[in-house]
Amino acid sequence: MTQPEPGAAPVPVLALEGVSKSFGNVRALQGVDLALHAGEAHALAGENGAGKSTLIKILGGVHTPEAGTVRLDGSPVVFAGPAGARDAGIAVIYQEPMLFADLSIAENIFMGRQPRRALGRIDHGAVREATAALMRRLGVDLDPDRPARGLSIADQQIVEIAKALSFDARVLIMDEPTAALTGTETARLFSVVEALRAAGAAVLFISHRLEEIFRLCRRVTTLRDGRLVATEALEGLTEDDLVRRMVGRDLEELYPKQDTTPGARALTVRRLTREGVFHDVSFDVRRGEIVALAGLVGAGRSEVVQAVFGVDRADAGEVEVDGTALKPGSPTAAMDAGVALVPEDRRQRGLVMEMSIERNIALTGLDRLGSAGMVRRSLERSRAADWAVRLRLKYNRLTDTAGVLSGGNQQKVVLAKWLATEPGVLIVDEPTRGIDVGTKAEVHRLLTSLAEEGIAVLMVSSDLPEVLGMADRVLVMHEGRLVAEIPRADATEESVMAAATGRPIKRPSER
Amino acid sequence: MNAPTPMTPAADETAPTGAAAAPSGGGGGGARGGGAGRFLRWDTAVGILLIAVMLAGAGTTDGFAEITNLSAALNDIAEIALIALPMTLLVVAGQVDLSVASMLGLSSALAGALWDAGWAFELIVPLCLVVGVLGGLLNGWLVTRVGLPALAVTIGTLTLYRGLASVVLGNKAVSDFPEAYAQWASYTEPVPGTFIPYPIAVFIVLAVLAAVVLHCTAAGRALFAIGAQEDAARFAGIRVRRIKLALFAVTGFMASFAGIVYTLRYGSARADNGLGLELVVIASVLLGGIDFNGGKGTLGGAVAGVLLIGVLNNLLTLNDISNEIQVIVTGVLLVASVLTPRVIALVTERRDRRAAVT
Repeated sequence: MTQPEPGAAPVPVLALEGVSKSFGNVRALQGVDLALHAGEAHALAGENGAGKSTLIKILGGVHTPEAGTVRLDGSPVVFAGPAGARDAGIAVIYQEPMLFADLSIAENIFMGRQPRRALGRIDHGAVREATAALMRRLGVDLDPDRPARGLSIADQQIVEIAKALSFDARVLIMDEPTAALTGTETARLFSVVEALRAAGAAVLFISHRLEEIFRLCRRVTTLRDGRLVATEALEGLTEDDLVRRMVGRDLEELYPKQDTTPGARALTVRRLTREGVFHDVSFDVRRGEIVALAGLVGAGRSEVVQAVFGVDRADAGEVEVDGTALKPGSPTAAMDAGVALVPEDRRQRGLVMEMSIERNIALTGLDRLGSAGMVRRSLERSRAADWAVRLRLKYNRLTDTAGVLSGGNQQKVVLAKWLATEPGVLIVDEPTRGIDVGTKAEVHRLLTSLAEEGIAVLMVSSDLPEVLGMADRVLVMHEGRLVAEIPRADATEESVMAAATGRPIKRPSER
Repeated sequence: MNAPTPMTPAADETAPTGAAAAPSGGGGGGARGGGAGRFLRWDTAVGILLIAVMLAGAGTTDGFAEITNLSAALNDIAEIALIALPMTLLVVAGQVDLSVASMLGLSSALAGALWDAGWAFELIVPLCLVVGVLGGLLNGWLVTRVGLPALAVTIGTLTLYRGLASVVLGNKAVSDFPEAYAQWASYTEPVPGTFIPYPIAVFIVLAVLAAVVLHCTAAGRALFAIGAQEDAARFAGIRVRRIKLALFAVTGFMASFAGIVYTLRYGSARADNGLGLELVVIASVLLGGIDFNGGKGTLGGAVAGVLLIGVLNNLLTLNDISNEIQVIVTGVLLVASVLTPRVIALVTERRDRRAAVT
């Protein structure tokens, strides 16, 4: 991978100068600069909410900046929507490609601009021929007539790239394209991208997997809280350096985890199996301990904790809480035993979005709000108000629907709703996904203090820094099986990722 | 829980969508009622409309305000009103039961057949009620265990139960039920000292009970949660399937009880009794501001909806307007009741958007 030094091409193909953008009173970007050169693969790094998506949408013509300039080949431009950006040779490929499932690959690529024959009839032969030529250029073997339905996400992305090629795109922007790809698929995607880059395209690459950034790119621009941190060469940087730039502080500061002495076994899971989903999963969580359940998306982690809580049934195996076997398939029994589950999907499963904040908080403890099944509203209100204060909930009125809150505050309502049950075992599934950095730190502090109070915490997380920063032990799942248990001292990004991707585990130090 | 870091609402990616969802969310679930009005709650509006129609009726139509007419008008909607109570709970929970009128017919036919066969009426009534519960349980079982949508299941059992009614009684009509029971169900013998017929008295007691259950108990909260977001209810440990099963059973019970009332009131048991009544029941409930998508509405609204339809029909009858026109009026009301909240929501949303742009 030889890339020309950016200094060799003085005028960038596409550049941002001092670009700012706000949504309401949320300042998504403030005075950000970015320069993409021909033949350069450039990484964009930053945490969730750092402003990466907004930046991409400005480059792709979806948003127009309030301040600052977008320059194309050195001249200021204002794109007339996404079509304007596309006509200027900018192609954006999103994490989840949007193809018409029932149309063929060729039809998808030439949708809306098919070559025509007399009387406006579509020249199917020409469409197919042009698609085949694109596929040859990309060096992939995909049948142009194959319908998009059933293509893997990797192949769908290839189709999107082919579409970009057919537009003669000079700038290729890829927003987390590898999130759902396997190792080999990623390798093929990278070879295609590398070929395009070598042919003179500018590539902007966004990924949460830092090693991919180092593999594919030469330079990196880091954003934090909507501001530019640095644009620099990747050579000489370490992944830690990059994380420090993204987070703005050291990991140790961000994750307040303190060493605790685990108490008695609170949750014991034995040989839990659900056919075709997860197999023979056994582990335990002790009082005062935070155990992380790591793994790739689709490894079966959420399914395991849902079976533990009883919203899903397991086909075999058993769950014990404080030494007593739990009735399978019954969330009510799990709750009675002191188990709480904060589910991954806040909007569908964590909250009733149309219900008021106070009623959402009350939902898990309706029988405690009065006698004989009655609900005393004054008690409901005061409990909710109490939790709102304890968790520093930002809200207008407790009678507002949960749907009006921001993601972080919604998550606090879900946490309040479950902490109100006074659980002995707290299971949290992706507790900080999609919430802002500040609230994220609050959630981490909360989990730590709950563990200190003696609660057993089981945390499913795809956020590696979170896993490494918070957990006393890391359990790793791969394709439905528990493949590794790594103590805090030995847990590194490498050891967890190696287990999660099913690669042979590098020897952790013996204990 | 010490959390000294100030919160940074910037950088929250999900905030814009959450805020965008707000205006359409409307007035919130629970007792706050239909999501249409931020100016006036839908159920209150229906109540006001009811009073206005009654005042107008008293002013324009001779005989409307007479006690006997009011008794008769109330008793005319006895079955609709009785079934509307569990139907309200069902719809709040995002379910529906279209088989209620067929169950009414089956109950009536069974009562007729058994009376014809010489059974004691005191035995017939509990047996009919048991059949009602069983029919409701079948609906509930198909919905909760087999996992079929309530609409599809009860369209099927609508036909099934009506068919069973025909099997039980054929084309016969059975009459001559015991005088004491017939009088109990008649508007001519109201509860002493009032103008309220006994079936309506039963309805009033049950309506109060249903209102308490829906708005003041844990079970009621669970119904709103199930209707608004079933998954979230399940994840909160609410026994969704058990609650739904119980609701369908209660609905079946009520439909068969309404069948007894109907049989006694008309003094005639027939297999086609109450044909099409399910639509009037659902129309009344929706008119009362119960959201067909579940999760919203008040029992008071549903009762107002039932009464409004009853009063309108009575007024139209007194004014010698044909039955066909009455059906059309009911239909128009239903369409209007479903349409109006949507229109209001659209208008306010558009206004909000304009306000946001400028």
